[in-house]
Amino acid sequence: MEQFIAVFNENLFFIYLLIFTIILGFEVISKVPTILHTPLMSGANAISGVVLIGAILLIRTAGSDEYLRLILGLLGIILGTINIVGGFKVTDRMLDMFKKKAK
Amino acid sequence: METTFILNLSYLIGVLTFVFGLRLLGSPDTARKGNMLAAFGMTFSVLVTLFIPMDDAPNNYLWIFTGLMIGGLIGWRTAIKVKMTDMPQLVSILNGLGGACAALLATTELLPYFQGTLEMSNVQLAIGIFALLIGLVSFSGSLLAYGKLQGLIKDSQVKLPKHGIINLVMLFTVLGLGIVLSFFSGPSTMFFIFIGITLIYGFSFVAPIGGADMPVVISLLNSMTGLSAAAAGFIYQSQLMIVGGILVGAAGTILTILMCQAMNRSLLNVIIGGFGSAGGAAIGSDSDGKTAKTISVTDMAIQLFYSQSVVFVPGYGLAVAQAQKTVKELEDLLDKNGVDVKYAIHPVAGRMPGHMNVLLAEANVPYPKLLDMDEANDILPNTDVVVVVGANDVVNPAAEDSPGSSIYGMPVLQVWKAKNVIVLKRSMSPGYAGIQNPLFFNDKTKMLFGDAKHTLSELTKEVKTL
Repeated sequence: MEQFIAVFNENLFFIYLLIFTIILGFEVISKVPTILHTPLMSGANAISGVVLIGAILLIRTAGSDEYLRLILGLLGIILGTINIVGGFKVTDRMLDMFKKKAK
Repeated sequence: METTFILNLSYLIGVLTFVFGLRLLGSPDTARKGNMLAAFGMTFSVLVTLFIPMDDAPNNYLWIFTGLMIGGLIGWRTAIKVKMTDMPQLVSILNGLGGACAALLATTELLPYFQGTLEMSNVQLAIGIFALLIGLVSFSGSLLAYGKLQGLIKDSQVKLPKHGIINLVMLFTVLGLGIVLSFFSGPSTMFFIFIGITLIYGFSFVAPIGGADMPVVISLLNSMTGLSAAAAGFIYQSQLMIVGGILVGAAGTILTILMCQAMNRSLLNVIIGGFGSAGGAAIGSDSDGKTAKTISVTDMAIQLFYSQSVVFVPGYGLAVAQAQKTVKELEDLLDKNGVDVKYAIHPVAGRMPGHMNVLLAEANVPYPKLLDMDEANDILPNTDVVVVVGANDVVNPAAEDSPGSSIYGMPVLQVWKAKNVIVLKRSMSPGYAGIQNPLFFNDKTKMLFGDAKHTLSELTKEVKTL
């Protein structure tokens, strides 16, 4: 219990961030209409590529001879970038097709 | 000090673009801007992360740029080339890559600890293990989902007898190992065994789920990738990763709930098994002694051409037959004669949430003509002709009036309330749920058998002669 209290107190800022982001996320996303659910999903996918930031930090701080970290980080960068570039691009392609009037 | 400030400020901007970008996705008019905004925020944050000066950092830019180039090229080419019918596969695989990325980060950060070269607190350890677990399940699960959607793997090839129990045992093993590793630590061998079993669990978890349940799985995996990204954000103390990850998690969770509601099934029921194991025996009593009436292409063309309002109900069969453009052609002809044409789209009409809308938008159907289930049910009673194309269970009246039916309680499009119903179908075979559809024997209903695309182009030809 004491440990739990300590953890809670130490990470209070992150706990607030967590809770408010969850509430905000549900509020914002529940407003997206059914017809846009596929672009929402691919767009969200692109956003989850934000892990790329972690991969970049990982490689930047890795020693030049820590090959395991460098290789895993490189893989992470490739995967994250595919996610971001592919996700945003394909979402854009889809949204471009949603027109109010036919041509 | 100043560099930290710049970094934090950039991430704050990044977070705001994600939130407002998703906010703009709330309407088809602004959605494209929203996506661009989020993409801009992402690029900006990545650039700042790349170039912000760091003390004593080796940087290793060669490694970074190689990765960015390879990833960017693959991502761009895939996004440009993919067919809209293949969207569910693409989203699955991208999702899996996101999960894999988070899992890789977690592995790299945790490994030194299990090799005894780094100290970590229990909280850091538990969060790392959590990111790893969710990321790995999302990765291997998404790979299998991709294989299934792409038609590389058949459901029957990966489904084991008593799969529900096997999965439950595996889930407890994975969770147990994860908890032991988080709170009592262990040798690095145990860490690797944990990774292995979790990967297998991801496959096994998706294995028994197939067919019309795919939208639920894709949504669920999407939310898991988001959570793993958020957990990885805790490792790096990066608010941008946390917020981004949680937003994705929320999107996936909402879609999972919506898809389950659209099928009137609990998430547990979907995960444990399909209709087959739920005991959805064929209930065909409604059809006893009744025969379905058929209609000729010529008669149907005349009926459509001279009605005031027509509603198309597209199902997955339409996408399979690649008939979206043919429907649009027919719509244009009817439109010229003053017929009010709309499309009624059930939430689970495609293989992922909103899939059918994208397919019709691709065929140049303007989005105000695409109605969701509630909007459609409001106008159906005043509709002259409903044309059901390749849909079955989502228009089954048994869902409303036959308590014994396995789809009883599932919200459906009430097409039987319209003045006339025409069903385009390959044969009388029952739908995914394996149950007979009383709609086909309704007095208002007429059937037209054949391949949807062929029938629709015949119809178009007939309408042109009128």
